[in-house]
Amino acid sequence: MNYIDSNLKVVGTRPIRPDGVDKVTGRAVFAADTRVSGMLWGKILRSPHAHARILSIDTSKAEKLHGVHAVVTAKDFPDIANEEAFVGEGPMNFRDLSYNVIARAKALYEGHAVAAVAATTQAIADEALALIDIKYEVLPFVIDVEEAMADNAPILHDDMFTGGVTPKPTKPSNIAKVLTFKKGDAEAGFKDAEVIVEGKYTTKPVHQGYIEPHACLATYAADGQITIHSSSQGHFMVRAYTAKLLGIDIANIRCTPAEIGGGFGGKTLIYLEPVAVALSRKSGKSVKMQMTREEVFRGSGPTSGAAIEIKIGAKKDGTIVAAREVLKFQAGAFAGSPIGPGCMCGFALYDLPNIEVIGYDVVSNRPKVAAYRAPGAPITSFAVESALDELAEKLGMDPLTLREKNAAKNGSKTHYGVTHANIGFEQVLAAVKTHPHWKSAVPAGQARGLACGFWFNIGGESSASVHVNEDGSVSAATGSPDIGGSRASMGMMVAEVLGVPVSRVRTTVADTASIGFTFLTGGSRVTFATGMAVTQAAEKVVDELKKRAAMIWEIPADAVEWKDGMAFPAGSNAGAFEPLDLTAIAAKAGRTGGPINAEVSVNAQGAGAGFGAHICDVSVDRETGHVTIERYTAVQDVGKAIHPSYVEGQIQGGAVQGIGWALNEEYIYNDKGQLENPGFLDYRCPVASDIPMIEAVLVEVPNPRHPFGARGVGEVPIVPPMAAIGNAIRRATGVEMHNLPMSPPKVRAALDAAGK
Amino acid sequence: MAKNYVSTIINGESAEFLCEPQQTLLDVLRDVIGLTGSKEGCASGDCGACSVLIDGTLVCSCLVLGVEAEGKSITTVEGIADGEKLHPVQQKFLEHAALQCGFCTPGLIVASKALLDANPNPTETEARYWLAGNLCRCTGYDKVIRAVMDAAAVMRGEAS
Amino acid sequence: MPGLTYSAPTSVDDAVKLLAGSSGLAKVLSGGTDLLVQMRSGRLKPELIVDTKKIPGIMEIREEGGGFVIGAATPGAVVEAHAGMNKAWPGVVEALDLIGSTQVQGRCSLAGNLCNASPAADSVPALYAAAATAVIVGSKGRREVPVEQVPTAPGRTSLAKDEFILEFKLPPRPARSGDAYLRFIPRTEMDIAVVGCGISVTIDDKGVCTAARCSLGAVAPTVLLVKEMADALIGHTLDDATLAALDKAAQAACKPINDKRGTIEYRTKIAGVLARRVAKIAFDRASGKTVKAH
Repeated sequence: MNYIDSNLKVVGTRPIRPDGVDKVTGRAVFAADTRVSGMLWGKILRSPHAHARILSIDTSKAEKLHGVHAVVTAKDFPDIANEEAFVGEGPMNFRDLSYNVIARAKALYEGHAVAAVAATTQAIADEALALIDIKYEVLPFVIDVEEAMADNAPILHDDMFTGGVTPKPTKPSNIAKVLTFKKGDAEAGFKDAEVIVEGKYTTKPVHQGYIEPHACLATYAADGQITIHSSSQGHFMVRAYTAKLLGIDIANIRCTPAEIGGGFGGKTLIYLEPVAVALSRKSGKSVKMQMTREEVFRGSGPTSGAAIEIKIGAKKDGTIVAAREVLKFQAGAFAGSPIGPGCMCGFALYDLPNIEVIGYDVVSNRPKVAAYRAPGAPITSFAVESALDELAEKLGMDPLTLREKNAAKNGSKTHYGVTHANIGFEQVLAAVKTHPHWKSAVPAGQARGLACGFWFNIGGESSASVHVNEDGSVSAATGSPDIGGSRASMGMMVAEVLGVPVSRVRTTVADTASIGFTFLTGGSRVTFATGMAVTQAAEKVVDELKKRAAMIWEIPADAVEWKDGMAFPAGSNAGAFEPLDLTAIAAKAGRTGGPINAEVSVNAQGAGAGFGAHICDVSVDRETGHVTIERYTAVQDVGKAIHPSYVEGQIQGGAVQGIGWALNEEYIYNDKGQLENPGFLDYRCPVASDIPMIEAVLVEVPNPRHPFGARGVGEVPIVPPMAAIGNAIRRATGVEMHNLPMSPPKVRAALDAAGK
Repeated sequence: MAKNYVSTIINGESAEFLCEPQQTLLDVLRDVIGLTGSKEGCASGDCGACSVLIDGTLVCSCLVLGVEAEGKSITTVEGIADGEKLHPVQQKFLEHAALQCGFCTPGLIVASKALLDANPNPTETEARYWLAGNLCRCTGYDKVIRAVMDAAAVMRGEAS
Repeated sequence: MPGLTYSAPTSVDDAVKLLAGSSGLAKVLSGGTDLLVQMRSGRLKPELIVDTKKIPGIMEIREEGGGFVIGAATPGAVVEAHAGMNKAWPGVVEALDLIGSTQVQGRCSLAGNLCNASPAADSVPALYAAAATAVIVGSKGRREVPVEQVPTAPGRTSLAKDEFILEFKLPPRPARSGDAYLRFIPRTEMDIAVVGCGISVTIDDKGVCTAARCSLGAVAPTVLLVKEMADALIGHTLDDATLAALDKAAQAACKPINDKRGTIEYRTKIAGVLARRVAKIAFDRASGKTVKAH
């Protein structure tokens, strides 16, 4: 059923989230909060070298230390086949994942896990790590993406040959693959162009920066049954990956999702769980592991840094006739950067006749990248949206007008083959145009930047169940870890369908043994896909409730109507019986066929693409290069906001992560290839005093493929900030900002170089 | 290793514990006493997720030794509500949706309460600087600041 | 940390005896905001921790002889709440206030900031500019030294193993005096100074500087007391020429390094920028204006 044009009572309101009280009182149980009696503490020994062959590992001294119960190395894990599968938000090679979880022949980055211990206390575990003797042969390393692509670069993987080129190369390379997307004829297009802008841009790897470090508690029982309690964006993902890496049947693992303390894509991989299980198997005891913040930075995945070349050509009237982009993405130590979305997302906002995009997926001696909010899109859009601003200035055209002129519409065909349908980019731009921020004069001493962003959003496999309890209250469960309030929106959709107040519905996240397979929380899919599943489950329950009422009244089921949370006799029986609510029907469930519930699994298709536009006013301290964000507005097509507060929250949070990416966040390496800033102190995420209020403007163009019109909202807001801020700085200073982060030393240096 | 005996008051109740000298108050709260509301996000005083009050002063419990708690009165996030009645800061965090993942929330609740105890009528800028030691990666701080300002108004009797 | 012992003596004598009697690394604990981080990371493995906070007077501020005596372990938040200190030494107060978060302010101390001996310590340039002295106690008794004689190198001080700082003394303020401290950081809070600058001046009734002390942080292995900067101010009003000379003197004094927090070139430029900005605030305060530095 579709409720888009219905008179909605619950969807679109702002109830208090069901897990809220636990979270403001400290009762919520996150991954590191669980303890069981007799458990051991597991700790990981990490490589101090950026690139080194592991010659030998002697664990004998550590094993003899009193209190140590197990030591594991790669030998305790099967050496699995080199096979690739599409899981998570990108392709996954399980051998790579296994080698990332614990290094086998080589340590490929500083911080790469090499061995692990389990001991009775954390202090003993630390002491034991120091007793493990590893002989390394230190190898030349490479950190930068373009250096990694050079002919003479140190090679990370002897068996990596560049894919996507013909003929197949005979020499190994750090370039894992080359992607090419073409539409029309870019060369010919540029010949028609009257104005051309070109530029080279760079971005640095940035970490998702979730405040909760990775943690888990695993128990391997004598019969091979495994339980894992951990924080992740997908406990089914944890189960599948752990099973694969240890060579065990999925059915033998039960994963319970802890409350998750932030992920943003960074918890779509596993790091600790297989190690904890291996330690538990070896020791016969439960093993708890938690990363330190330093380990999070050194050992878990940031997103790619990149080098981008871009060229855009237009007619004098602003019609863009050709666009070309070359993207070189750092994948970290293993192939699998978000180069695909990087190639797709930058030009997807515009209806352009001629496009050529080439992308390189490149390994170097850094942690394996993980997804981070709209993976790849912020990087490509930093270049595209900055170049468009320069183009607008060259054309003497307002930057909004340039975008309106070229904006993608329904029916626009992208360079990756998809034709846009049911999109709301034009509505977003229209909302910018009429917004008080855009219409206001730029305050003296400030400048304004505009940039747009896109994410295609995804659907996929989700399961949900809805149970009517004995008293008529409702329990709903899904398989989607709740990372930002999704239990609230799931419960709201159920309440809407059933016609009951949201307070009558409690939503939980079920463990892997208690609900059907559900793909992970990511790609902005939960409200869309899991929302679809939970809505359908609620509809099945309504059908069942109608049947039960019909039985009670002894009339045909199709003579019952469900309205406002009650069954009414309809048709010729209208008015013949008093309506029955959930409580009344539930009370008689035992006599009308038993429990009333439904579980639905879907493979949701048709996630509506998301578009946003951000307006940013900045001031620049020309003497120090310090940039202050003075005012910020984020406009976005959200389809239908199920719980508007949490939709705004996604937009505000994403925008501020983008502001951090733009201004200060980066990985800083020393000349030994070691990370110099593995802590919040010097990584420099935005703090409260860095940021103004972020005005989130919700544009609602319903997605007809979702029962309530929802489309994913979490990814788009991190896409525009870098270019919006860079464009504002350029307009404030006259200096082009092509390299992230636009930190004070870089801004001051750019000003000095330009003699400004 | 010799353990130290420490006698304190935690959330209004007498509490005694044994701890190793290098254990931080955060370690003690979480691993010895079992109060896991205070979170470890960094263990270096940079994220504020472990914020507690010691004799009313806001501190990071990861930067205090457990033994230093001797004779002190500690308030953790578990002690902010009055029984089942939420503190206005807690209530406003819920109403304003000032949390997403909720991991930084305990620290923010404790720090915000300390702010409003010290300054019942903060400006937005004062609230932002006071809370600069509490990292939140989900919310972008907007709704957090709104919740704190609204809670301040409630506590001053100017709003409900 | 096997064998770590914690002790919280209640007298100077007991504290000195404990320090003197320790066979391994002994660390004095006041606020702990540096010490605990260093212990947790494994950089420091002390055998003994002497918590000085139970020594009478060490957490207090008193006015004495027209100046101030600040107990070595007094938390930043206590100093910031002290009306007399705010009036007489706003630069020292604002420098201390810049150390870490509100949470850190509840613990951090002048002694810890000085003895951690980081060149980027925020309160230290302000103390240098203020001509503060440190009262040091140890087995050989008590000595009072200018604060700039305490740090000797990154992480090192001139204190003997059995010594610790008991209190700081800030001298009486002549009429028409003002001090200020600014640091530059990439964010607005929570960063370590890329450059810090403290200036204390006295001016005459025509606005001519009669006395000045200037210091720079994070541009050399230790905080610098820069006589050439003071020379650029003394005998002058704060006009453009004076500011230019001060900027030049500040840049000339810099001997910074390239690191994750800043480059040599950037730090040097910023030292000049900050010197000018700090001097303006200090002169304004000396002429009786109330100025908020940050």
